[in-house]
Amino acid sequence: MATIMTVDDTASMRQMISFTLNSVGYEVIQAGDGAEALKLAKDRKVDLVIADLNMPNMDGIALVKSLRALDTYKFVPILMLTTESQADKRDQGKTAGATGWIVKPFNPEQLVNVVRKVLG
Amino acid sequence: MAIDLRRFHSTFFEESLEGIAAMEAELLEMERLLLRSNGRPVDFDPERLNHIFRAAHSIKGGSGTFGFNQIAEFSHGLESLLDEARSGRRTIDAEIASLLLRAVDCLRGLIDAARRDAPIPASTEALRAELERAQTTPSRSATRAEPARTAEGGWRVRFRPHDRFFHSGNDPLRILRALAELGGITVSADLSRVPDWSAFDAVQSYLGWEIALPKSVSRESIDEVFAWVIGDCDLDIEALATAEAAPLVSVPLDIPAKVDDKSASSIRVATAKVDGLVDIVGELVITETMLSQLVEGFVPERLSRLQAGIAQLERHTRDLQDAVLGIRMLPIGFVFGRLPRLARDIAATLGKRVELEISGERTELDKTIIERVSDPLIHLVRNSIDHGIEPSDERVKAGKPAHGTIRLTAYHKAGSVVIEAEDDGRGLNRERILKKARERGLVPPEVHLDSAQIDELIFLPGFSTAETVNDVSGRGVGLDVVRNNIRSLGGGVEVTSTAGKGTRFSIRLPLTLAIVDGMSLKVGPEVYILPLAWIAETLRLQPDRVSQPAGGPEIVAVRGDYLPLLRLDRLFNVRARATALNEGIVVIVEADGKRAGLFVDELLDQQQVVLKSLEPHCQRLEGISAATILGDGTVALILDAGSLVRQAHNPIFAMAASAAIVQSSGATPPALH
Repeated sequence: MATIMTVDDTASMRQMISFTLNSVGYEVIQAGDGAEALKLAKDRKVDLVIADLNMPNMDGIALVKSLRALDTYKFVPILMLTTESQADKRDQGKTAGATGWIVKPFNPEQLVNVVRKVLG
Repeated sequence: MAIDLRRFHSTFFEESLEGIAAMEAELLEMERLLLRSNGRPVDFDPERLNHIFRAAHSIKGGSGTFGFNQIAEFSHGLESLLDEARSGRRTIDAEIASLLLRAVDCLRGLIDAARRDAPIPASTEALRAELERAQTTPSRSATRAEPARTAEGGWRVRFRPHDRFFHSGNDPLRILRALAELGGITVSADLSRVPDWSAFDAVQSYLGWEIALPKSVSRESIDEVFAWVIGDCDLDIEALATAEAAPLVSVPLDIPAKVDDKSASSIRVATAKVDGLVDIVGELVITETMLSQLVEGFVPERLSRLQAGIAQLERHTRDLQDAVLGIRMLPIGFVFGRLPRLARDIAATLGKRVELEISGERTELDKTIIERVSDPLIHLVRNSIDHGIEPSDERVKAGKPAHGTIRLTAYHKAGSVVIEAEDDGRGLNRERILKKARERGLVPPEVHLDSAQIDELIFLPGFSTAETVNDVSGRGVGLDVVRNNIRSLGGGVEVTSTAGKGTRFSIRLPLTLAIVDGMSLKVGPEVYILPLAWIAETLRLQPDRVSQPAGGPEIVAVRGDYLPLLRLDRLFNVRARATALNEGIVVIVEADGKRAGLFVDELLDQQQVVLKSLEPHCQRLEGISAATILGDGTVALILDAGSLVRQAHNPIFAMAASAAIVQSSGATPPALH
């Protein structure tokens, strides 16, 4: 089964995302910020990255850029968690190479639908 | 899919409160910088603003996701204002900083209300409006989706990904699949741009498609499929033979999740600590395996190896004990963090200028102690600002800086934690303290006291030298309460002071409440443990020093002081060896500013004991706080000095309590684990 990495500096979001995706059979690994995510991504193969935008140490946009610079992550889908009011950030993320986004707030069903759509 | 979001609520509340504390700390620091700049604009560190913004942003995202719409709405206004400041569209002046601080307070109230399932505070709406007004551009509130548009003749979509389409992690196949899910589609591919095999680059996109969709599909759902790839492709969505259709308006169903009130106390533990525990348990398992192999077919020649193995087991057990206790340890910063705000507010009320300097905030203490040391610390800071720090003009006259400084320091010292609160104020006025104490009959006129003894007087119950009762101190809560609270945690508090230079309160606390330093006392066949912190002295009595007024308790005279005597054998209904007063020992205990003598057979020794709570098994017993298991496996009860002293001073209450104990001691002893 596919491995998904959730990157968020808030534990409740990470817990919600992991629990939801676990419950439909995906393996989920968690990272608290971009720097941690980049380290984990280098260590193992991840099939989908779901990253928050605002994080300490390394934010979501810098993470997308860094991942896209790695050979193994050139084509891996990366989704950003954004809010309605962050259209400019969303564009920056797209330019950096993000695949798409999930708009917060979202519920578990919406999350699973998006993930299924991306992972096929 | 049924996932109950309530399971994430406690984490959300906890991290939101942490975020709020971080926001508050940064805002206070900003306010301090603004204060120092005397009205000139301040160039704040962008990371400071980012930090505050991130906290607000996380609370907004989480509250929306977990169904707290009012919190989401409020934090949206706060976030927007912070975003303006962060992106340089507005400067933060004292007024905005103060507004942000009030908003942070309000947010805390909202989280608290959500946690308790209580209605939201009434002031929220006004503050939300104020945040909105403070923004230079009106905040973009969540836009609702437009009504769906339909096409009578269906849709024709022309879709051609750009060359580097795959580099965003997108896949045309995914999009075609998503379109197929919307309804029956027909697709034709345009292969005209596929190059020669020699020029073919596998990671480039060469294909284009034309897709026909039926009229049952809404424009909105087609847009949604392409939302992520706008700009990465040529896209043309055409409605065929459009006829006017009645717009469909979807009505969102808003059913707020019911908040569970059972907010179980939880603790966040650093991963490193858990890893450490796992390591030790690993070591223990190895040692256990080694030992069991060793004793299988044991021969005396292997004795030294067995001894070495047992020594190893002891070491690991001790490590495990330390590591497990360490899980409950939190940095004192959790308490210190609240104080700058408090100091600011108190100083503002009193019209004084005070700066709080904090160091050692990483010093770790047991979670329970952290929670209970907070009030005493607040009291000391309040006390320093109110009584210690002089008004600015007085300070300048004395050749000191106009603003006072309070230093809070925490550090480890010999198995305890020391917290110091030191101010550079006027120091204790010993003359006035002694005068007040004599007026109140606390010190007899003929008794002479040295300066350290005079300083101690401020801890006496009901002692207060404040000339006027004000909002800040003087609420009838004195330093005696501080000392008592600290003592109930097994610690102590002392004061040192230099006139004109300042005062320092020094709190000493044990690292944990799970283990206590106690004195074991023997009464008949029973052993009791009395925590050392409460023991003032022990002495052997001459019978003529004890008198008993009619109907009252026995009174023992100790150096001019008359203390009630409590015989533990009578209280706990055990048969003591010593009945005559000169055969036993009197332990003088001090609690709540009162002293009493406890009469016991003998003192055994001083030892560290591990506390075991009686509560789940027994009703709360007066005079007993917990139990412990001694080295020989027997159970000893731990005495509650505070309750014993109260009983000694109120004998009727004591008799009732002892009757209760007699009754309950008829039952089988409590099971301890």
